[in-house]
Amino acid sequence: MSRTVAPPAAAARPRPRALPAPGRWLRNPWRKPRFLEAFALLYLAWSLLPVAMAALFSFNAGRSRSSWQGFSLRWYWQDPALSVWHDPELHRALFHSLRLALVTTLVAVPLGVGFAIGVDRWHGRLAKGASFQMLLSFVVPELVLGVALLFGVTSLFHFIPLGTGAQVLGLVTYQLSYPAVIVRARLLSIGPEYEEAAMDLGASPSRALGRVLLPLLWPAVFASAVIVFADVIDDFVIVRYLSSDVATEPMSVKIYAGARAAPTPALNALATIMLVSSLLAVALGVLVYRRLTRGERGGSAVSDFASQL
Amino acid sequence: MATLPVQRPDATDVEAGPPTPPKQRRRRGRRVSATSGARYPRWYWPAFAAPGIIWLGVLFVLPLYVVISIAFGTIDPLFRTPVPTWNPAWWDTTALRTLLGHIFGSDAFLAPAFVRTFAYVTVATALCLLVAYPVAYFVARYAGRRKVFYLLLLVAPFWISYMMRMLAWVNLLSTDGLLNRGLVGTGLIGGPVNWLDGRASTVVLGLTYGYVPYMALPLFAALDRIDPSLLEASRDLGASRARTFWRVTLPMSRPAILAGLVITALPMFGDYFTNDLLSGSPGTSMVGNLINDAVSTPGQAITGAVLVVLLMVILLIPMLWYVRATARADTEAGR
Repeated sequence: MSRTVAPPAAAARPRPRALPAPGRWLRNPWRKPRFLEAFALLYLAWSLLPVAMAALFSFNAGRSRSSWQGFSLRWYWQDPALSVWHDPELHRALFHSLRLALVTTLVAVPLGVGFAIGVDRWHGRLAKGASFQMLLSFVVPELVLGVALLFGVTSLFHFIPLGTGAQVLGLVTYQLSYPAVIVRARLLSIGPEYEEAAMDLGASPSRALGRVLLPLLWPAVFASAVIVFADVIDDFVIVRYLSSDVATEPMSVKIYAGARAAPTPALNALATIMLVSSLLAVALGVLVYRRLTRGERGGSAVSDFASQL
Repeated sequence: MATLPVQRPDATDVEAGPPTPPKQRRRRGRRVSATSGARYPRWYWPAFAAPGIIWLGVLFVLPLYVVISIAFGTIDPLFRTPVPTWNPAWWDTTALRTLLGHIFGSDAFLAPAFVRTFAYVTVATALCLLVAYPVAYFVARYAGRRKVFYLLLLVAPFWISYMMRMLAWVNLLSTDGLLNRGLVGTGLIGGPVNWLDGRASTVVLGLTYGYVPYMALPLFAALDRIDPSLLEASRDLGASRARTFWRVTLPMSRPAILAGLVITALPMFGDYFTNDLLSGSPGTSMVGNLINDAVSTPGQAITGAVLVVLLMVILLIPMLWYVRATARADTEAGR
C-alpha cells in the first residue's frame, strides 16, 4: 500500500503564488482529501449510530425507547415477565435462532465445499450447468426462493411438515452457495500444483486431497462457516414462511412482528443479543482465520476476510 | 454479502500464493489438467459435487417448477388450497391473464405497485451508489494506516441483523422518537411528525440504508485493486485530480459499479419487510408486498405464484447477466 504520493513532484513545479490560506489549501493538488474523509465519517455515523442507539435503549430502566431513565438489565433478565430471559416466547426465539444457525452451518458447509471441489476439477457441460444452478440460487431474491420452498413443501413434499425441519432444508438451500463460491475462489487461487506434486510423490488422489488440498482450504471453509452462521441468525424471509407456529419463530420474526406493535425495550434487548452473537461469531472468525493463514500472505486478515464476502 | 465477479482474489493471491511466476504457472496448469483425467477415475470429482447438485435440484429447481405449476393450476374448491397442474399441456392461463389485466388493463389497480417498485428501487439504488462510491473510494485510497479500522466499520452492517437496523429507525422516527424530539426541540417543526405513516421518502431512505453495504463492499474491493502507480502516472502526466478520477479510476471501476447496481437492486425487488416496518400503508406497497400478502392469504396462492413468476421474468436478464459475469471471472481466474 504505497499510496502516499511523493511530495517532491510538487516541489519540482513552480510554487503557486501565495494565496489566502483556504484558497491555497484548495489549490494544492496534493492536499489531503478532507471532504472525502468527512463524507466517509458521516456515512459511518449514519450507518452505525441508529443501531448503537437501539442497543443503548435496551439497557433503559423504563419502558421508553427514546428517553433515558437510567441503566438497568431489566429487559435482559431482571424483569420477571417481560425480559428476554423470562418471556417464554422471546427466550424460545433466541434458542431457536441459534439452533437453526448451528444445524444449517453443519449441513451447508460440507455440501458446498464438496460442490466447489467437484466442480473445480470436473470439466464438461454438466459441471457448467451445475455452476449455473448454484449461482442462480445465489442471486435469486430471497422472497422468490421462500415462496417456492413454501409451495414446494405444502404442494409436493407433503411428508415434510412445516417447522424446524423445513426451515433447515430451506436455509441450507439458500446458504449452500456461500461455501461453494468462497471455496471455489480459494481453489482457483491455489491451483493444481500442490496436489500434482503430492501425487508425483506417490499419493493417491484421496490422500492428496486429504493431506494437501484440505489443509490449504481450511481458511476458506472456516470463513464460509462463519458467514453462513451469522447470516442464518439474521435470516427472515425463509424461516418465516417455513415456520409452523410461534414455537418455530426465530428472533428476526419476533422483531418484525413486534416492531410496530407498542414494543418494550425487551425487543431491543433481543436485537442486541442477535447483534452480539453475530459479531462474536465474526470476531472469532477473523481471529481463527488469521491463525490459519499465518505467514501466508502480506495483507491483513481483516481485509482478506472481508474480501471473502 | 456478495461475492462478485470483480473481487476475485486473483491480484492478491497470485502475489501471495505459490512463488511460481504467472507465465510458468499457466503452462503447468494446462499440462496438469490434460493429464489429470487419466489419473482419477471418471466419477471421482463429480461424486464430490453430486450431493450439492442433487440438493439444489430437489429443493431449488423443483420448487420453482412447483410455483409455475401452481401459477397455471387450479384451486381446490373445498379447502382453498392450490392444486398444481404438473403437465404444461394442461396449463390454465386464466389467472395470468386476469393478473395482467389488473396491471395493464382497464381495471389496473395493481399497476401503481409495479410503477412504485421500479421508482423506489431505481432511486434507492442510485442513492446507494452516490453514497457508497465516495466512501469506498476514500477507504481504498486514502485511509492509510486506518484502513483496517474503516473496513471493519464498513463491513459491520452485514453482521447486524437487517431487522435490528430497521427497528433502530422505527425507534428514531416514531412520534416520540429522537428525531421528532430534536426537530421540535430546536423549533424546526411545530409538532411531532409521524414519519412512519406511509411516506415514500421514508421507504426509499429505509431501502437505501438497508442495502448500501451491498454496494460499498464490491466497490471497495474493485477500487482497492487499482494499481496506485496508474493514478500516479496520470497525475505525473499533468492530469488534475478530477481528470484522473474521470479518465482512470471511474473506467476501471465500471464493472464493479454495474455488479454493485445489480446486487443491490435484485434483493430490493423482493423486499417487503422494509416497507411493512417503515410504512405499513398500502399507499407505498411494492411487488414484494403484493406477493407476501397473496401468499399469506388463504385461497390467494395462485395470485402469489403468478406474481412470483412475473417477478422472475422481470429479473431474469439482470440475474443471467450477473451469473454470466461471475462465471466468466471464474474462468479467467482459473486459466
